[in-house]
Amino acid sequence: MANFEELSQAVLDGDGDKAVELTKDLLSSGVDAQDVIAKGLIVGMEKVGELFKNNEMFVPEVLMSAAAMNSAVEVIKEGQNDFDMPSSGKVVLGTVKGDLHDIGKNLVGMMMESNGYTVYDLGVDIEPDKFVDAVKEYKPDIVAMSALLTTTMMEMKNTIDALVEAGLRDSIKVIIGGAPITQGFADEIGADGYAEDAATAVELCKKLTGVEALSA
Amino acid sequence: MDYKPVKTFSELAIKSLDDFVYGIAPHPVTAKNGMVIGGGTVYPEINFTLPPMTVNESTMPEVRRQYNEMIGGILERAKDLHAPGIIVELELLPPTTIEPKWGVEICKILRDKMYEYEEKYGLKSLLRITPNDTREIERPPFMRRGELLESIFVTFEKCAEVGADILAIETTGGKEVHDEALVTCDIRKAIFALGVLGVRDMRFMWSRIVDIAKRTDSIPGGDTACGFGNTALALAEQSMIPRVFAAVDRVATVPRTLACFEMGAVGPDKDCGYEGPYMKAITGAPIAMEGKTAACAHLSALGNIAACVCDVWSNESVQNVKLLSAPAPVAYMEQLIYDCRLLNEAAADGKEYALKMRDWLANSDSKLDPQAYILRPDVVLEISKELVKEADAFVATKKAAALAVEALKKGAAAGELELPAKEKKWLDIIGSQVDSIPDNWEELWYDLQKSLDLSKWRPEEYDLEVNAAKAVSAG
Repeated sequence: MANFEELSQAVLDGDGDKAVELTKDLLSSGVDAQDVIAKGLIVGMEKVGELFKNNEMFVPEVLMSAAAMNSAVEVIKEGQNDFDMPSSGKVVLGTVKGDLHDIGKNLVGMMMESNGYTVYDLGVDIEPDKFVDAVKEYKPDIVAMSALLTTTMMEMKNTIDALVEAGLRDSIKVIIGGAPITQGFADEIGADGYAEDAATAVELCKKLTGVEALSA
Repeated sequence: MDYKPVKTFSELAIKSLDDFVYGIAPHPVTAKNGMVIGGGTVYPEINFTLPPMTVNESTMPEVRRQYNEMIGGILERAKDLHAPGIIVELELLPPTTIEPKWGVEICKILRDKMYEYEEKYGLKSLLRITPNDTREIERPPFMRRGELLESIFVTFEKCAEVGADILAIETTGGKEVHDEALVTCDIRKAIFALGVLGVRDMRFMWSRIVDIAKRTDSIPGGDTACGFGNTALALAEQSMIPRVFAAVDRVATVPRTLACFEMGAVGPDKDCGYEGPYMKAITGAPIAMEGKTAACAHLSALGNIAACVCDVWSNESVQNVKLLSAPAPVAYMEQLIYDCRLLNEAAADGKEYALKMRDWLANSDSKLDPQAYILRPDVVLEISKELVKEADAFVATKKAAALAVEALKKGAAAGELELPAKEKKWLDIIGSQVDSIPDNWEELWYDLQKSLDLSKWRPEEYDLEVNAAKAVSAG
């Protein structure tokens, strides 16, 4: 019979076919679906997260691992109509008004999704009001903002002010990032945190939402 | 509509390694004030930007004050250090391109002060104007129509009328697809983005820019693969993607950047185009480069090697913040002047000294990073020699990637390049991906459109038709 270690290794290797095969094997042997997820798939993704944080894996390799995990989750879903994949939390993500840079933001979104977060990516050049509307609609745990220009970073403050004005600020955590952003700037504008790259953004989200790991 | 190149490059402008050196280009560019770029002197090019602030009608007085302060300090320092001449780049921000009157006003502030220093102190200078490619504000972007596009051209024209000498831009056509290619390290998509979308957009944009240059008696400088190769460089620097991918991608940008020269650009091209040495080898145009002095804007592994065949030496961009010595733009002006002074002094002692300096600059970086290795002058000439044999830009782009993979493998095998195992693995993956690319772009387009996110860009803006779905349903 397949074991959890092999499954987590398949996820780590980004081997979708093997992850599917092992998941089927485990399920047909009577292993509980939640255990397959928590002790096999999520453990694999946690190793991926650790290696990525230590610069031992590249983004495309992380994405392959996430795809392998998702393929296995699909197998679990097929067998259980009421199955719901546990989520680490919800994140509203966007590049602030006047700023068109999106590759850094996209990477943050991908890394968060790979770590079990549900991400609502609003895109680039996002007005403060649109962030407010998205918070009302999606009720996220985190609002994550990106800016690459010194002339647009002040829009982060404008967005936080708009969230305060709408009475939503206390219900969420706000994190920011981008080339000109610093922890000092985050403190100055009243953000809850700053991350210098996609890997630390995920760590920050986990810290702020109290989610250490889905397997815990 | 196909925008036909006005020039083609079927052989190298620089054929011998001994003729490939900094400061001298086969086709130097002479400006109205007599400054010659690529005529034997390396000139510093300073680029600067605003500190954190919003740009709108109400903040424009402060914007004017900032630019006045920056240019005043820069020129004063250049005068005091006896610079043989300087180039000033005004890289406009989105708001100052969308509102051409603001960009033109800033341009005039800078140029008038530069004229003043030339008249009073004999400090010669040139102004490069680089509007922002604001087309991407609209998502998905209109590449060939609309107010955003027209504002770019108006900015070029009006800035040239108030004295801008050199026209440049960082065009973004194909960037949406290339971004997608980068995060997944998919060289097939990258080659499509560069060799089909990028080349077509460059031809369109540069046909108009060259016309403006003719009308305004300004210099159509050149473009850069900043949004492509430099995004890869930045991601590699953060360990997000393999460095070998960034290196192969850089060489694959060559046919795209070359397209501006095929449309009539003459150099100096844009500083952040690290593919510049390939432009110089192929076209003979002078090039602007940036390296260690651009660490204020982004980190790189190319600090020295970037200078080894440059004709203009730049700092990319620095914010107007106060350092212990002086405002940052003034400090960077000083650094650039000293770098150029050393290069020019070595060359003044004789060609063999310039070549020695070139090799020191190249060899000090090239072993340590694949992105540096592919900028080694001998590697540049070797690859360029093969690229000019291809008339078709798409085939040349594919070939560029294949040649880069081959060069890196050869360099690693010969012990000339240190590559960790995790990088070597990716070199093999990229090589296999390149081998799977057909020689016909239409075949690749047909194949890729099923997996590309077509909601992010408009194929019709590149004269492309979406036919895969129709073809599939037609059986």
